[in-house]
Amino acid sequence: MSLGVVLLCALLYVGILFATAWRVDALAKQGKSRLMRNPYVYSLSLAVYCTAWTYYGSVGRASASGLSFLAIYLGPAIIAPLWYFLLRKMIVISKNQRINSIADFISARYGKSGHLATLVTIIALFGVIPYISIQLKAVSFSIDVLTEHQYPYFKPDAPLLADATFWVMLAMAVFTMLFGARKLDPNERHEGLIAAVAFESLVKLIAFWVVGLFVIYGLYNGLGDLFTQAAANPETARLFSLSGAGVSPTSWTMYMLLSALAIMLLPRQFHVAVVENTHPRQVNTAMWLFPLYLLLINFLVLPIALAGKMILGSSAPSDTYVLTLPIHEHLHILSLIVFIGGFSAATSMVIVSSTAISIMVSNHLVLPMLIRLKLIGQETTPRGASTLLDVRRVSILGVLMLALLFLKSIGGSYDLVSVGLISFTAVAQFAPSALFGMYWRRGTRKGAIAGLWIGFLIWAYCLPAAAIAEAGFLSQSFITDGPWGISSLRPYHLFGMEGMDNISHAAFWSLLLNTGAFLIVSLYTQPSALELTQANIFVNIHRYVAGEEYDVVKRAAKISDLHRVMGRFLDPSHVSAIFSNFEKENKIKLDQQKNAEPELINYAETQLAGIIGASSARLAIGSVAKEENITLEEVMQVLEQTREVLRYSKALEQKSSELETTTRQLIAANEQLKALDRLKADFITTVTHELRTPVTSIKALSKILLDYRAELPEEKLQSYLNILVSESERISRLINQVLDIEKIESGTDEYLPTEPFSLDEIVRTTAGGMAQLFRERSIEFTSNIPEETLEVAGNRDRIVQVVVNLLSNALKFCDAREGRVSLSLQKAGSEAVLRVADNGKGIPPEQHVHIFDKFTQLNSKTEGKPQGTGLGLYITRKIVEHHGGSIKVMSAVGAGATFEVRLPIYPSNT
Amino acid sequence: MSNSLTPRLLLLSAIALLLFEYPLLSLADKNALLGELPLLYVYSFSVWLLLIVLTALLIRRKKDRIP
Repeated sequence: MSLGVVLLCALLYVGILFATAWRVDALAKQGKSRLMRNPYVYSLSLAVYCTAWTYYGSVGRASASGLSFLAIYLGPAIIAPLWYFLLRKMIVISKNQRINSIADFISARYGKSGHLATLVTIIALFGVIPYISIQLKAVSFSIDVLTEHQYPYFKPDAPLLADATFWVMLAMAVFTMLFGARKLDPNERHEGLIAAVAFESLVKLIAFWVVGLFVIYGLYNGLGDLFTQAAANPETARLFSLSGAGVSPTSWTMYMLLSALAIMLLPRQFHVAVVENTHPRQVNTAMWLFPLYLLLINFLVLPIALAGKMILGSSAPSDTYVLTLPIHEHLHILSLIVFIGGFSAATSMVIVSSTAISIMVSNHLVLPMLIRLKLIGQETTPRGASTLLDVRRVSILGVLMLALLFLKSIGGSYDLVSVGLISFTAVAQFAPSALFGMYWRRGTRKGAIAGLWIGFLIWAYCLPAAAIAEAGFLSQSFITDGPWGISSLRPYHLFGMEGMDNISHAAFWSLLLNTGAFLIVSLYTQPSALELTQANIFVNIHRYVAGEEYDVVKRAAKISDLHRVMGRFLDPSHVSAIFSNFEKENKIKLDQQKNAEPELINYAETQLAGIIGASSARLAIGSVAKEENITLEEVMQVLEQTREVLRYSKALEQKSSELETTTRQLIAANEQLKALDRLKADFITTVTHELRTPVTSIKALSKILLDYRAELPEEKLQSYLNILVSESERISRLINQVLDIEKIESGTDEYLPTEPFSLDEIVRTTAGGMAQLFRERSIEFTSNIPEETLEVAGNRDRIVQVVVNLLSNALKFCDAREGRVSLSLQKAGSEAVLRVADNGKGIPPEQHVHIFDKFTQLNSKTEGKPQGTGLGLYITRKIVEHHGGSIKVMSAVGAGATFEVRLPIYPSNT
Repeated sequence: MSNSLTPRLLLLSAIALLLFEYPLLSLADKNALLGELPLLYVYSFSVWLLLIVLTALLIRRKKDRIP
């Protein structure tokens, strides 16, 4: 077959793709295309997962190690049921945050970090460029096989322009630039492109089944016949089982893990599954339809591989069996169909990958640089929209050129599956930060950066660096002995690990240390306020989807500035549409305001992020929006939001401590009440007891008088009557005192400072009145009262009572034989000090406080009960206190007692 | 999105993992024929198909319940 025919077919096919994409884009522009909402189209577009690696490489791998290729498809199949919450959550987050690439996703999760976005983009570039290059290689060798029928097919030395691969690559680049970077859309939807990809998925599946059915029914009599013949030959029979084919369980497990992660994290998979998704509901269909697609495309791989091995053996490379079997039978039309199938598998991957990568490269590598260097987004620079598209287009071409260069330099020496798996291992490094980030709020930016760097470096060391050495660019001893002869650093046996294939080995170490670093660094670092907000949105996205996002980092900007910045990246009509949309959503009028609310700034940033990525948008908006310092209150709000558990436990703690305090107070109150109750009971007991004693004697004496009145001598009668009188007086005194206490305690007594009166006069009069009593008991009484007038205000009679109480107290308690009582009144500053001293037996210091309480009498066994009611001093203290004064006693046992009363002098002008 | 479907799908996924992973996989990983077809070939594709059918049934049932 001539090269012309093959290229014509390829061009025709690309023409069909162009037509499809064009038509769908045109329909979409008119809003007529419902294709994107179709879940079957969505599921088919996911099948971009099946590349030339699947189409040609699986057969190659199956002819060497049986069903081991299945691990790459079982991984996605096993994880597909989990998409119901995993992928759907990813989609909801991405739509809410206008995320348009995996780099954006990870960067947005960790506080819109530019560092992370760049790092993820670089890892993706390293992983994806070789991957694209093997697609080009597959196309290149299929053309060579078709045109020359000879091997080896690969000619790295051919000049660029004479190489068909270059022209094929250029055609793909043109297609991608046209449909992958046609317009700037904040939703980053490419209807035409997706339609073409879905179409290609059908083409490759049908082509593969055509060749499969031809092999089974054209070359054999059905599947049974094929397997029976294969079973007869030990060389092919050993491929029936994994153990027979020499596949280790570790590799099987590792490949399943890698593919399960890659199905969501590969840039092109993220693009079709998340970015191009129009509704999370589409995932429901994809959950079973996509695994079904994988099952169908893999079902005939083993039969084809066995047939190729039996018919062609080693006369053709096993990677080309799909194509060489029809050629061997001289079926040109069939071989062309196979070629188109493989071509479609390769082109769909290249188109979507380069679109996805170009978004990342332009948004996370080129744009931040241009913004920082002030080459874009300034007054003097041309408007951003066209520049942005140019950057995209150049990125697409650049990525494809790099892939071709890679192929020309070292890629040729590798088989399809190995390079694909190296890519898988690279993108699997995104797993800890991306997946943990959706469910674990504690993950921090520093943790993500540490994990990604460590994983990336180990990957680079164990796989590409070793591959470079194998390709002859480094000494072979780097692989066999390790660098500088350190055997524990051998790239295929890191730390002396044996018994794993190269990919599993690299995947194991890089993922283990990546995850470990991510977790440990996250636990030991503190997230910033913005990180906390973003983490909260990612983890609790379902709380935010309906409601509005709350802003933590408060920003302020003029609306006109916001307009200006957005205008540098977007069409003016687009900008006005965004602002009017915001007005409609929030029901406000922006032209009445001058300064933009934080909500508007956020809205603008999110909209801009849809086009230039989260970190670039933050940079651009940051040029006009000033960040206000977060208030303590707001920080508290964040803390509350993010640490509800802590709050709840704190609240609980507070409640319990409040409860404890209340309990303590209640216990104290209860004690007080009990003491009061006891006191009251004591009071009543004492009062009744005090009353009963005189009543008893009055009763007895009255009875005597009644019965023996006539027989009693006159003096006896007299004394009895005297006793009766004094006992009655005692009762009335007691009652008066109780009433006094009642009055004083209930506060009904009048103590308002009425007319001032002279204290010295009262004291002099009272002392004079009492002097007779002292003389009667032959007690020496001295008084020292100054001439000057000391005026106090209050209740005159109560003050008299105080003086009487103190003097009669001294009278009672002074020494029985040589009693001495002295009274003194003097002025001390603004107070009048009254002292009454006796020479009695004194009061022990521990009683100095108690004697002023109710019914406190100093009882002592030897001296019996003293006279009095025990209420006098209590009443005295109360009266003094009500007059704003104080009373105290100075005494020692055996040295008498001195009572001191201090009363405030009535303010006078003199 | 949170209803009784999530735990069921988790369980389904876990069972599929168990069936496609050692040591259970070693039960089918033999150089034997089941009829005319290799045992492992039949095992992998039928378990896989079953997984797809069950997933589809679970999702479909949910659609019926929630109009």
